[in-house]
Amino acid sequence: MYQRPVHLFWWIERRSYLLFVLRELSSVFVAWTVVYLLLLVNAVSDGPASYQRFLDRGGEWWMVAINVIAMLFLLLHVVTWFGLAPRAMVIKVRGSRVPPRQIVAAHYLAWLVLSAIVAWLVLR
Amino acid sequence: MADEITLEVARFRPGEDTEPVLQSYQVPLREQWAVLDGLSYIKDHLDGTLSFRWSCRMGICGSCGMTVNGDPQLSCATFLTDYAPGPIRIEPLHNFPVIRDLVVDIGDFMDKLPTVKPWLVRDVHSPLEEGEYLQTPEQLEDYQQFSMCINCMLCYSACPVYALDQDFIGPAAIALAQRYNLDSRDEGADERLAVLSSPEGIWSCTFVGECSAACPKGVDPAGAIQRYKLTAATQAIKGLLMPRSRR
Repeated sequence: MYQRPVHLFWWIERRSYLLFVLRELSSVFVAWTVVYLLLLVNAVSDGPASYQRFLDRGGEWWMVAINVIAMLFLLLHVVTWFGLAPRAMVIKVRGSRVPPRQIVAAHYLAWLVLSAIVAWLVLR
Repeated sequence: MADEITLEVARFRPGEDTEPVLQSYQVPLREQWAVLDGLSYIKDHLDGTLSFRWSCRMGICGSCGMTVNGDPQLSCATFLTDYAPGPIRIEPLHNFPVIRDLVVDIGDFMDKLPTVKPWLVRDVHSPLEEGEYLQTPEQLEDYQQFSMCINCMLCYSACPVYALDQDFIGPAAIALAQRYNLDSRDEGADERLAVLSSPEGIWSCTFVGECSAACPKGVDPAGAIQRYKLTAATQAIKGLLMPRSRR
């Protein structure tokens, strides 16, 4: 019998495979963002001088570049995640299934509310 | 419209070929002809040595799955005119060992399928005199979509996870397990849990979603798997919080 080999670049064969690999890769940037936030919290807790050093490093071109790429991947992660959510969540209210669009909308709403709370905490 | 179209068919003759080679055939381009009709024409008029599987010719038996221009398709439901002026490349389903030409070995799936117990499991069978196990239309709706699976293997062919890891139970088998898990008459969800929530089960799936895109019956195996992930995770947490309660 003949078994077709899977070549190294199988993931560029189809657009959907490529998008999937990019979505998987986005996890690295999600992790990076968490680390960066923890470093920020650490810098803040170490006092104004440490915080200023963190800000200076954050302003360097390569750090800005990393964070812009990270943000693009985070957006990809969120948008694709929310888009897939109704496939995993089947919610029934009074016997009838909640339409997928409403589940997606609820996710975006929760994102907005949480972002607003964080913004209020940081900016007040 | 041209009178003919070229079919480039992958030929693999064990003992002769070390890998499939494409062979071109000219077949009549008729509006009502599916790819399967083109292959039958080759078999009947041009080359009787071509091997392929088919049975019902109406998208029910799931025998005639092939790779048409790179996409997994039922060859009886894929029309020649949609690919005109051609050529159309016809290969065996990807991710399965090729026995000959367009015939693949689906033994791996046949071995995996019974492990998820795709049948009604009851703790106690009620006596025949009591009649059928009744079900409301709403209860039917809960699993009906997953019962449409015809075991055509297009989802396995589309799945890159299965291509990379042949231990993965795979989309159709998990969707069929869900078909019974969600059936109000079934009591076998606990028995299926161990296989489904094993590393070769739902957790192997990374939600590429190509299985659902390929499915000719709208089963959405990817959705079935994600739903079961949610169920398995919820049950695991319940088990941690309430270790003594029955799942």
